[in-house]
Amino acid sequence: MVRRRFSFGLVSRLSSPIYGRSPCSGGIWTPCLGQKRSFMTAKDLVESEEPEKKVTNRINMFSAINQALHTVLDSDPKSYVFGEDVGFGGVFRCTTALRDKFGRHRVFNTPLCEQAIVGFGIGLASMGNRAIAEIQFADYIFPALDQIVNEAAKYRYRSGNLFNCGGLTVRAPYGAVGHGGHYHSQSPEAFFCHVPGIKVVIPRSPSQAKGLLLASIRDPNPVVFFEPKWLYRLAVEEVPVDDYTLPLSSAEVMRKGSDITLVGWGAQLAIMEEACDEVSKLGISCELIDLRTLIPWDKELVEDSVNKTGRLLVSHEAPVTGGFGAEIAASITNSCFLRLQAPVSRVCGLDTPFPLVFEPFYMPTKNKCLLSNQNNVILDIDCTRPILFGKRAPHAVL
Amino acid sequence: MMVPKPASSWARLITTGLLRRPSHPFHASRSTIAPVRFPSSPSCGPFASVLRERQFCSSSSSGDESEDHLDEFLDFPGAKVGFINKIKFTAERPQEPVPCFRVLDDHGRLIKDAYMPEVDKPLAIRMYQNMVTLQVMDTLFFEAQRQGRFSFYLTTFGEEAINIASAAALNNDDMVYAQYREPGVLMWRGFTLKEFANQCFSNVADYGKGRQMPVHYGSAKLNYPTVSSPIGTQLPHAVGAAYAFKMDQKPLCTTTFFGEGASSEGDFHGAMNFAAVLEVPVLFICRNNGFAISTPASEQFKSDGVVAKGHAYGMRSIRVDGNDTLAMYATVKAARKMAVEESRPILIEALTYRVGHHSTSDDSGKYRKGDEMQHWKTMRDPVLRFRRWLEGEGWWDTDAEQKLRSDARNEVISALQSAGSQMKQPLTNLFTDVYDTIPRNLIQQEKELRSTVGRHHEDYPSDVPLY
Repeated sequence: MVRRRFSFGLVSRLSSPIYGRSPCSGGIWTPCLGQKRSFMTAKDLVESEEPEKKVTNRINMFSAINQALHTVLDSDPKSYVFGEDVGFGGVFRCTTALRDKFGRHRVFNTPLCEQAIVGFGIGLASMGNRAIAEIQFADYIFPALDQIVNEAAKYRYRSGNLFNCGGLTVRAPYGAVGHGGHYHSQSPEAFFCHVPGIKVVIPRSPSQAKGLLLASIRDPNPVVFFEPKWLYRLAVEEVPVDDYTLPLSSAEVMRKGSDITLVGWGAQLAIMEEACDEVSKLGISCELIDLRTLIPWDKELVEDSVNKTGRLLVSHEAPVTGGFGAEIAASITNSCFLRLQAPVSRVCGLDTPFPLVFEPFYMPTKNKCLLSNQNNVILDIDCTRPILFGKRAPHAVL
Repeated sequence: MMVPKPASSWARLITTGLLRRPSHPFHASRSTIAPVRFPSSPSCGPFASVLRERQFCSSSSSGDESEDHLDEFLDFPGAKVGFINKIKFTAERPQEPVPCFRVLDDHGRLIKDAYMPEVDKPLAIRMYQNMVTLQVMDTLFFEAQRQGRFSFYLTTFGEEAINIASAAALNNDDMVYAQYREPGVLMWRGFTLKEFANQCFSNVADYGKGRQMPVHYGSAKLNYPTVSSPIGTQLPHAVGAAYAFKMDQKPLCTTTFFGEGASSEGDFHGAMNFAAVLEVPVLFICRNNGFAISTPASEQFKSDGVVAKGHAYGMRSIRVDGNDTLAMYATVKAARKMAVEESRPILIEALTYRVGHHSTSDDSGKYRKGDEMQHWKTMRDPVLRFRRWLEGEGWWDTDAEQKLRSDARNEVISALQSAGSQMKQPLTNLFTDVYDTIPRNLIQQEKELRSTVGRHHEDYPSDVPLY
């Protein structure tokens, strides 16, 4: 592909469910028209975190993000949304109708220059504004790496807290989408997790996206907010209509379990849920954790879980080597060593550039998660329920 | 005439009077760029003859307007362009470099008919006092670094006029996004010698809390965001901040300083383009001092310096003699007025010369000639030039000069002594300000570090207090 930008028609297909991975097809790459994700719903959310009953709408993720941006622009006159093509609604429709409502001075296109988008945002934010910058694809965030790493992340520290750009939020769609190839599929979160001074947040669903985005925008620190583009249209759930935030640096237990802990974020959690379902048929109880904020991450919650289960599997789309899973594995091995009954597993993308036609092979699919679980879990044939050991025994059958 | 090589020739051109003075000092950009003929331009090399054979030509060589179809237009998105029926390339550069505005000649004499800004005696004296104080501070701080009292320093020698005259022409509420060779702006706004010294010593009173190398000053009170080392990164910040001024309808602008080397960075191009497109009040002041560390401007770009780039972005631009305090003041004053009143960016290329080394880590004698450095240091010193004008006006004399330099020297020495005797920043500031609050991982890391330091405190600096 010579031009790096898709035409709009193609872009809209990028997030079409027809081309999306099927969350219910066992990791096999088949079309899944009309099927929706089954995450923890907004109803669960409302019940668990907001005791009062709230009005909700059943919407997809780009609409939830659009709602969040709408809420911010409406409630804070010193907030601005800008980036390439955001004026007409953005290539993923997240900024739909915002310019019409809030004016072209608060919602505007910028020239095509990622480093200047972020640099401009830093300047705007440092003057006490909420600068919400969109990088069209996370694959194109690298020209802005210098501004994020050397400027945004250090703005407060280097000035002794005289200045800060905490009002800056950089949104970027990340991750696999079925046909994105090298430059419309990458998951670059680990690069940013090596940068003290910024926060990295990744939502897994519409209601999470709205609450976490509102929290990120209002957080007094610069945040890089990666949105799983696969879910923009595919994930649909009840989302509270009102303004609400979800806490940053606070992981969430999506499913309670006792035999093994699974940690992930963003779109990968759908795959991990399927793996949990699959092994639950064998009587293996999985605890699934959505990390939500990657830095600073909620280590204590993961530690508590692993101290309970004795096993940990981390999964992400990004290449395994140097991925953020490595940090979690090392950290938990250090703090939970005596409780671990098996080596920490990582089920991640391969150490190749993101491949187009080989995407189904590259991806950390449910099958790979199951295989990894088998490495940790063996079935004692003399018992009616599985007994978990630290390593595979020769007589293990699963 | 041949187009002179941009960098190495500017100084000579100014000296020999080859650069024309503009008809009006605020002539932001020339309305017509005279076409240029390059019949045997060596830069064309072997391609020149090929081009001639194919009867290609640059915009210069046609001159056959009768065949241009100027009555027809192409309605292209964002532009309406006429047609011609000949292949005609634009010239790579205008025939002559953009001329350089100045008010004073090398001897500090007012040039006949030159635009004279309104500068009264108190303002002129204050500017001069700041320039001298900056020079004295640089001299003594440089020596202090050489004596090992702090790790690094970087002087502003030769660029005192750009520093002080720009600052004087701005409103003190204008945000200034500086590089690292503009401490004079801070000085003008009231940053004290002790405050400069505190930062260089990373002492307990350093606003930056000991986290950055010397000369990375910053002051919230003085609207001067803390300097960082990467080149050109501050430019898009200035654009974003200017957008904030515009949206808040404040009659202010932002100003960003950078060297000619920074004009090669992507951030420069992004910032210039954003500023023009978003129509924000920002002044881009380029200190073209001839060198990016050792790389001469002639190896930095092929364009007519930095000023030429403004046209490409649709931005009013001007070239000014950066060693002429009055010209610098007049230029920034006029540019600021346009920026604020018309909400537009302005590019100012100030021609100067970095008389000092790049920094204390540099020995510029390895890449430039001593007599060139000496010439600029003695014959083209902006401080001396301005002093001569002051003396010509009857506002300054030798006694005042001696007293000023003596007082400045004493104040700088006193600041160094006072700042140097204080403790460094306390250990706790290693962990604060990474985020607005200290995250749990850092609380844990501080605990572990303190445990280690407690057992081996002899291995750690004794001047860093452990609270």
